[in-house]
Amino acid sequence: MSKLEIAIWVSNLKKCYQNKDVLKDVSFSVPAGTIYALLGSNGAGKTTTIRILTTQMKADSGEMKIEGYNVSKQPQKVHEVIRLTGQFSAVDEVLTGKENLIIMGRLCHLPNPEKRADELLDYFELSVSANQIVSTYSGGMKRKLDIAMSLVGNPKVIFLDEPTTGLDPQSRHSMWKIIKELNRAGVTIFLTTQYLEEAEQLADKIAILDKGVIIAEGTPEELKSYLPQGVIQFLFEDRETLEKAKSLMGDYKTSSIPKEYKLTVVTDGKADTLAQIFSRFYQNKVSIHTFSQLTPNLEDAFLTMIAEREEENQWRSS
Amino acid sequence: MEIKLKRYNDTVTMVKRCFMLSKRNPDTLLTSIMLPALMMLLFVSLFGNLVHVGDTSYVNYIVPGVLLQCVGQCSSTTAIMMNKDVTSGIMNRFCTLPIKNLSILNGHILEALVRNLLTSVIVLLVAVLLGFRPSINLMDWGIVLILLAGIILALSWLSIAVGITVNSAEGASALSALAIILPYLSSGFVPTETLPKVMRVFADYQPMTPIIDTMRNALLGNPLEIDVCIIALLWCVGLVVVFYFLSLVLFKNRMNK
Repeated sequence: MSKLEIAIWVSNLKKCYQNKDVLKDVSFSVPAGTIYALLGSNGAGKTTTIRILTTQMKADSGEMKIEGYNVSKQPQKVHEVIRLTGQFSAVDEVLTGKENLIIMGRLCHLPNPEKRADELLDYFELSVSANQIVSTYSGGMKRKLDIAMSLVGNPKVIFLDEPTTGLDPQSRHSMWKIIKELNRAGVTIFLTTQYLEEAEQLADKIAILDKGVIIAEGTPEELKSYLPQGVIQFLFEDRETLEKAKSLMGDYKTSSIPKEYKLTVVTDGKADTLAQIFSRFYQNKVSIHTFSQLTPNLEDAFLTMIAEREEENQWRSS
Repeated sequence: MEIKLKRYNDTVTMVKRCFMLSKRNPDTLLTSIMLPALMMLLFVSLFGNLVHVGDTSYVNYIVPGVLLQCVGQCSSTTAIMMNKDVTSGIMNRFCTLPIKNLSILNGHILEALVRNLLTSVIVLLVAVLLGFRPSINLMDWGIVLILLAGIILALSWLSIAVGITVNSAEGASALSALAIILPYLSSGFVPTETLPKVMRVFADYQPMTPIIDTMRNALLGNPLEIDVCIIALLWCVGLVVVFYFLSLVLFKNRMNK
């Protein structure tokens, strides 16, 4: 694969801020035309990564290239191909949506900023509110305008820092649709999110960032495959039955919530195994109130990985 | 495919943006138009008959002082606008565009210069209504314009520095307190000889006094004291240079935080 097909390339990125290692050793690459999600909780280093990649902050060490341009040595070239939509709204609240877009068009040196503004307002279904001042917009509309501002100069790479944080579910879904459509038009998208569902919905590739380290990277399917399949949760009538059931499941990995009479059994997911469990309960007269099969989602993958890492650290330090 | 891009001047775009912003800000109307008129009216009608300042009328005497007070007030609008820019995400967006950071700051400064000059015209018109009779010598007006522009630029760069540094608009507006008090502690409203000892020393050595004295002489067509005029000019240039570089350093630090 030639270098040009890689839109973002990061190697051994390190950043220490106020005596804290925010990014310890981050490396990844994003192929052009794909969506890459950096997933992590607050303080994981997501925004720092974006700030460094968009030239707003200097890295302590490491090499980064965007569309072949060196981020630390050719910031002006990088500015020409990227756009940023930060975590906080970046529009002038007292101006109208259209005025905001026109100013942006002029700053991007477009030949006809008015025309581009109208196109974008149309595309984001904001035409009706084009001449209203932005402070009257709803949260979802503001976010759309924010994204529209980033599209004014037809960038090749867009950075979205937590694009749906604070949006209601409906606006979130329409934002996902917009992001997917942008991607279809050939724009490379780098986004950060705290929501697994979002990463799962949008990204071609997900990296899980925890305390400045990428602890896992892969497609949503690959990340899910780390998880055990076929987890079954049983609900019993009382504590006694729960304890009895638990003793019967000695050869399986289980966990229980005694107060709620709940027992979770991890199986290999095969039908035979399930039949065996049920027949064992039946033969021993353990009556089951209800049961359900849990399908693993990324949330579990994420939490499992972070928990495993913490255990490992504790084991190492003890 | 080569698209021919029209060269928009980024600074001009930024000036236009700042004008649009300040036009929609109700505070601007108050500080730029109503306040100067009210200040002029208040001082002349309250103290006009009480204060005797040599051989000229009180309204003639206080015009430069009120001008500088209004310029200071107007500058706090710039501090607030700048503060809004750096505390909202918009500055991060501008800083990742293919434009020079300096054009963002220059946009604010040029807008402030034009807005302040308009305010000054209003102050002068109100003064004329109240009996102010200025010199009609073009040379005198040239000196007034140069000094006025100088102090506007100095206070605007100071406002930029303050706007970048403080964490909220409330902090930024505190600048206007300084703008109100400094002209009082100068030769703006009473001759410095009448001030108490400590205040008088301060008044004699602070930049407002030579600037106000020179502007007053020019406005009234009195002969200029060349040494005071040079001190006034040096203060203006010095303050502009200091606050300009200070703003650049503060801006760089803030945006790289």
